[in-house]
Amino acid sequence: MNLAAVIAVALATLLAGFYGLRLSRTTSDFYVASRGVSPLANASAIGGEYVSAASFLGIAGLVLAGGVDMLWLPVGWTGGYLVLLVLVAAPLRRSGAYTLPDFAEARLESMAVRRAASLLVVLIGWLYLLPQLQAAGRVLASVTGGPQWAGGLLVAAVVILGVVAGGMRSITLVQALQYWLKLTALGVPLVFLAMAWRGDGSPGISDTSWLLPDVGDDRLYSTYSLILATFLGTMGLPHVLVRFYTNPDGAAARRTTSFVLALLGLFYLLPAAYGALGKIYAADLVEGGSPDTDTVVLELPARIVGGTLGDALGALLVAGAFAAFLSTSSGLTVSVAGVIGQDLLRGGVRSFRAATVVAIGVPLVLSLVLPSSLPVATMVGLAFALSASTFCPLLVLGIWWRGLTAAGALAGLVTGGVLAGGAVVWTVATERAHSWVAQPGAWTVPLTFLVMVAVSRRTKRPPNTARTMVRLHTPEGVELDRGDWRPRRI
Amino acid sequence: MTARRVTVTSPRAAAPRRRLPGPRTREIDEQTRLGEVYMDALIRSQLKLSLSVCVILVTLIGGLPLAFALVRPAREAQVLGVPLPWLLLAVAVYPLFAGLGWWYRRQAEAAERDFAEMVQRR
Repeated sequence: MNLAAVIAVALATLLAGFYGLRLSRTTSDFYVASRGVSPLANASAIGGEYVSAASFLGIAGLVLAGGVDMLWLPVGWTGGYLVLLVLVAAPLRRSGAYTLPDFAEARLESMAVRRAASLLVVLIGWLYLLPQLQAAGRVLASVTGGPQWAGGLLVAAVVILGVVAGGMRSITLVQALQYWLKLTALGVPLVFLAMAWRGDGSPGISDTSWLLPDVGDDRLYSTYSLILATFLGTMGLPHVLVRFYTNPDGAAARRTTSFVLALLGLFYLLPAAYGALGKIYAADLVEGGSPDTDTVVLELPARIVGGTLGDALGALLVAGAFAAFLSTSSGLTVSVAGVIGQDLLRGGVRSFRAATVVAIGVPLVLSLVLPSSLPVATMVGLAFALSASTFCPLLVLGIWWRGLTAAGALAGLVTGGVLAGGAVVWTVATERAHSWVAQPGAWTVPLTFLVMVAVSRRTKRPPNTARTMVRLHTPEGVELDRGDWRPRRI
Repeated sequence: MTARRVTVTSPRAAAPRRRLPGPRTREIDEQTRLGEVYMDALIRSQLKLSLSVCVILVTLIGGLPLAFALVRPAREAQVLGVPLPWLLLAVAVYPLFAGLGWWYRRQAEAAERDFAEMVQRR
């Protein structure tokens, strides 16, 4: 039944993708859905894309293993949208850029900064894709009994077919559906699990070290570093930003984002409950090493409800998990492919299709040759830290401070990229999550801000800074000269 | 002798079409001192609003780990049988985020309306 659920989700995704082919005819449809998407559909799509396997499976697994402290992850992943809303959403949409490198070019008028931003988008995208594909392999192998490599390959194949067929327009439709599918797939089984738990006499949890926050110095550092990385890192994730260009104007970008906050809040009420039920009924999973806890969500129905109903609920959860692998992977693939197609290839639909294969092919190969025992949420945390240490300072200073210069931005991107990137490589290579290195945000983010400001103070501003500020901050309804910069393609 | 035909118009008819001295948007377009003042006012008001949301976040959310570490009752209190840290982190923060976002959006839109009114007045 689990295998059938996986196949059903894959087929539904492909069908929606091919349906989208009829709708998307131009290059801009491929990249940004021609901006013809309503805030409601767009917010669902953002939610659908953002709720990854790390959210659907990983949080419950980490809560089971680490207790209440792990709840900071979903809190940060949602709070990051609030920070994005207040600091970035509307000005970014008004910049008129399609991608982060576009924004860097528009604001700083420098091709060097643009290239650095392109490189970082690809790195962050791959760092985020890698654990998705690895976890897809592990999880599908454990629920269907197939080989480890099959899961990642299946995800990559569906993503490539879907993206190549329909581009962004079809992705938007699919993603919007995926949010509601994932909410249902996690919510409905929980109702049955809770009823079975009550029927069981509502057993409680007596492990106080699990129930109450750990307050050691190391833990406190990790928590604060995690808060910083997630709250500030969300705005720099490639698949998050690309969604903002599908809003018709700055005000719509704000409306969409505030709606996303509600959708994410609704979803993140659920994984904590799975973690707590897991503590009661599946505490043995923790002994098998941390990655195995990623499957706790999928195992609970069989353990608590049992029988045919348990199997059916389990299959629904497998479908939701596979949808999560697909949606986040395609969102990331589209945005990474957009940057590769635009900056390395010639641009246009054909380049975009070729770039799609590269965008997901590289992390797929890496996931096959790099067997990792790190939980999916830990790896995703590193992508957040890298994004918070590079794109967050670039966006925040670029939008709110006239003084940012190309040299300052470049120096900051290099500093944050090398430090946070080094921490990532060290953690992945040693497979150890040591707090100072595995959670680098607390020292890399302030350092990057510092470098950007210090270097900018000593160098010359781009000539059109005043005009760019008009473009970023004034509402579209007011007739003003906003400069003539346009993204290069289309 | 034939009379020449002339069109009789009000001398004022052409006047409103010339846009002198023009709307204040021109000050911004031409990057005059005054235009800079308008832009500064807009960016400052928006930044102040954004930073106030950030300050609320830092105090309420950023204060939690420290409160759990330093204040024993905050860590160990129970509400309806659920430990307080669970109630805060698993439930209460999400309505707070959504509410703050909603409030911010309204304030930001109001600030933009004020700006549009100010620069489009003649």
